[in-house]
Amino acid sequence: MQRVGVFVCWCGSNIAGTIDVQAVSEALKKEAGVVFSTNYQYMCSQAGQNIIIEAIKEHNLTGIVVCSCSPRMHEATFRKTAASAGLNPYMVEIANIREQCSWVHKDMMSGTEKAIILGRAAIAKVNLNTPLTPGETPVTKRALVIGGGIAGIQTALDIADAGFPVDIVEAKPTIGGKMAQLDKTFPTLDCAACILTPKMVDVAQNENIRIFSYSEVTGVKGFVGNFDVTIRKNARYVKEDICTGCGACVEKCPMKKVPNEFNLGMDSRRAIYIPFAQAVPKVATIDPNACNMLKSGKCGICAKVCATGAIDYNQKEEYIQEKYGAIVVATGFNPISMEKFDEFAYSQSCDVITSLEFERLTNAAGPTSGHLVRPSDGKKPKTIVFVQCVGSRCDAYAQKGKEYCSKICCMYTAKHAMLVRDKYPDTEVLVFYIDVRTPGKNFDEFYRRATEEYGVKYIKGMVGKIIPNGDKLIVRGSDLIMDKQLNIEADLVVLAAAIEPDKSARNLATMLTASMDTNDFFTEAHPKLRPVESPTAGVFLSGACQGPKDIPETVSQAGAAAAKVIGLLAKDRLTGNPCVAYSNEIMCNGCSSCERVCPYRAITYEEKESHINRGKLRRIAVVNPAVCQGCGACTVACPSGAMDLKGFASSQIIAEVDAICR
Amino acid sequence: MQKITKSQLVDKAVSLLADGTVSAVLGWSMGEFSYDVTPRIFTTEDDIRKSFVFNDFCGANLSKYLVSKTDGIEGKLLVFLKPCDTYSFNQLLTEHRFNRENVYAVGIPCSGMVDISRLKAVSGDGITKIHEEEENLLVTTIYEDNPITVPAKDVLLERCDNCKSKKHVAFDELLGDSGEVIESARFDQVAEIEAMTPDERFAFWQSQLSRCIRCNACRDVCPACTCEKCVFDNPLSGAENKSPANNFEEQMFHIIRAYHVAGRCTDCGECSRVCPEKIPLHLLNRKFIKDINEFYGEYQAGAEVGARAPLVDYTVDDPEPCDVLDRRDTDA
Repeated sequence: MQRVGVFVCWCGSNIAGTIDVQAVSEALKKEAGVVFSTNYQYMCSQAGQNIIIEAIKEHNLTGIVVCSCSPRMHEATFRKTAASAGLNPYMVEIANIREQCSWVHKDMMSGTEKAIILGRAAIAKVNLNTPLTPGETPVTKRALVIGGGIAGIQTALDIADAGFPVDIVEAKPTIGGKMAQLDKTFPTLDCAACILTPKMVDVAQNENIRIFSYSEVTGVKGFVGNFDVTIRKNARYVKEDICTGCGACVEKCPMKKVPNEFNLGMDSRRAIYIPFAQAVPKVATIDPNACNMLKSGKCGICAKVCATGAIDYNQKEEYIQEKYGAIVVATGFNPISMEKFDEFAYSQSCDVITSLEFERLTNAAGPTSGHLVRPSDGKKPKTIVFVQCVGSRCDAYAQKGKEYCSKICCMYTAKHAMLVRDKYPDTEVLVFYIDVRTPGKNFDEFYRRATEEYGVKYIKGMVGKIIPNGDKLIVRGSDLIMDKQLNIEADLVVLAAAIEPDKSARNLATMLTASMDTNDFFTEAHPKLRPVESPTAGVFLSGACQGPKDIPETVSQAGAAAAKVIGLLAKDRLTGNPCVAYSNEIMCNGCSSCERVCPYRAITYEEKESHINRGKLRRIAVVNPAVCQGCGACTVACPSGAMDLKGFASSQIIAEVDAICR
Repeated sequence: MQKITKSQLVDKAVSLLADGTVSAVLGWSMGEFSYDVTPRIFTTEDDIRKSFVFNDFCGANLSKYLVSKTDGIEGKLLVFLKPCDTYSFNQLLTEHRFNRENVYAVGIPCSGMVDISRLKAVSGDGITKIHEEEENLLVTTIYEDNPITVPAKDVLLERCDNCKSKKHVAFDELLGDSGEVIESARFDQVAEIEAMTPDERFAFWQSQLSRCIRCNACRDVCPACTCEKCVFDNPLSGAENKSPANNFEEQMFHIIRAYHVAGRCTDCGECSRVCPEKIPLHLLNRKFIKDINEFYGEYQAGAEVGARAPLVDYTVDDPEPCDVLDRRDTDA
């Protein structure tokens, strides 16, 4: 029989406000196995922990139950407390009487009753606890960064700088991401390429960094410190190590009318292409959907003009298997499709463009060499209307758009408006907005410069409809401050489209068993205290895959993620979780159900002598405790109940349920 | 479909035994009554010629016996498998419950097996003799001078009325023909129960399951119930002392069992066939099969060896738990 101590925390008034803590500790004193029960204002404080330590020693406690906050908050704290008093840390059970009890109850009676029941369940469980000792696993000292935008680049550079090898996997033919497509950056207006491309070169030259461009992660196995990742290098039909990026092939390629995705389809590229001049790696890629040679076997010009013989029409995709200790997700964002926003006439007029298209239109390396002209007729626009919050801050029940604020649109719209007025002072610039949100260093000053110094007209209100009329666009909107309807004749309309996580994120989250929110942004382990870690150990988050972010914020988060990775890789061994599965070989049928559901491939089979029938070999499941993560999937898949989880045995769970239903 | 005869089976068994292909034969033998047929192992020609039985009452699925009976014999064990039995055979192989090399499987056609209770309902009790004559059964009872003629198709087992497949999915050799998978109406009654209100449904199962006498026949005959140590016999499982505690928990036995065989049950219908209280236990299993089909796409346990069953597999296309919840809301 265990000697159990019960410690009820008030959590100030968080718990004591709706739960009679005295009554709880009194009631739990009567439970089987309980030899000591008390309550205190803050159990997690030094004084509170001392109460536990002294009680363990004085009453020879073999198990303790702390009725307090969620175990996610302080289980580790109280396990350390128990260990410091010589008690096995896994003899500690937490009854969560805060998040799941005091915070959801208003009535003292029902709150107290529930707290007693939850305490009773924890006592029933701790009575069946056994001391557990964690094992250790080695750490693979290499990191994987998925995504090669500014977030991935910064994370990789910081990790590499600490001396650890890093691999970047980028789906596109070049790293650089969205930032490479931008013209100027707020609030300083320095050119994106000027500050990004040196970093891209650093990545290429860093001996600790390998770039897998035009590649995707297709499989992830293993766990923190020991991930086993499969990377598919798509066939680019050009030998990366031989191509010098001279561009002769691009020049001679006869397929000239392929929409150029880097310029968002506003101009064309060849079937063989280098996305932009500063691409890293600067290697040509053949688009198999456009190349005549690949489609019909007729052409082969690029191979003829290539001086180094880098073209390989028979190149096949290649799978690379690599081990990593940590994985950083930096898959970034995309503007949402404007398909459902037909009121803005995006699909009817090419003079209605998105902000990212505007970036390309004003970029010196863009389709117009930086001349701001209308895509329809190449004329200079005289009146430009910017519409903010297109698809952002939508109603939860609307069938389109996002509920959240995309965060970056206010600032880049102010930037666009200001740049237009600076370069073409005779252009009238109007901005429709719901709110202008500028909480960042030097952000509000920037916005005020746009309105006060550059004469950008801000109109509070939304645009209801845009009607193409001849070569003009009639913008119908409301001015909420003047309380009137506006019909503005515009030459160009720029939509600040909401941003959303890259589509690859969902599939990746599944592979990583990392969780996502309803918008497919990766969830952090704790929104305030662990913002760059995913709840899955060893998986970290960098940049806009976790939520909308501007460049300064992305770069700081990228550095933070790198710091976490470095902290992990600096360790030689990781202490494992002793709450792992094990199979009772007397009961195991060897049916393979557990092996099939195990996401970590921790289960193998051995032929063992049967206990019942000596001499007869039987197929028995064996769990590798270093690989098992204690998820428990096998324990429910096992038909005979041979699989059980240490620390969460079925008998313990049933004892808890029985205690609750008593 | 051409009916297979006992003599064909006997000849096949004797010849395979004689040429050394197999060292023992798993078949059926007579019990106390002619309709009371029981599985048995035969090792000699004499024994086979004397005691081997094959008639309309050989419903027993022999697959399960391979788990224990392939142990300790030298050479191979011959087993006769009706189409539905072959699904259990494959499922047991998928679960590594016996060694395929130790078995020689002979597929035999089946036109449906007779349910003795249904027959008695027509003929009356006190059966002394049943003579099979083409499509009919001539039943002699102690109460009638002349045999009563009952068409066999009117008194088939429920599972045969709703036969899901005449196709043999596993065999070393076929006697007669193998048929095709059949579009059966086996889920109709499940749909009827689903259409009930929760109260009606509870009352329905209450009335059925409260008749259970916990004889364990359903478990003992079930080819999916081959655990080395059944949770209901295991004091450590936490389920053992639960099921017989009271009227409600008694019913939990069947529900727990249905969960244990979910995704593995081939719908062979043995549970309902052997139930002395005639509880339609197969409906619990069919509910799971129907749900699995609806959530994950058509899946037949045992259709192929080594298949990754939906409940022990994961794909990104799997329905989210909220899909299940949504359906519950629309059901209610």
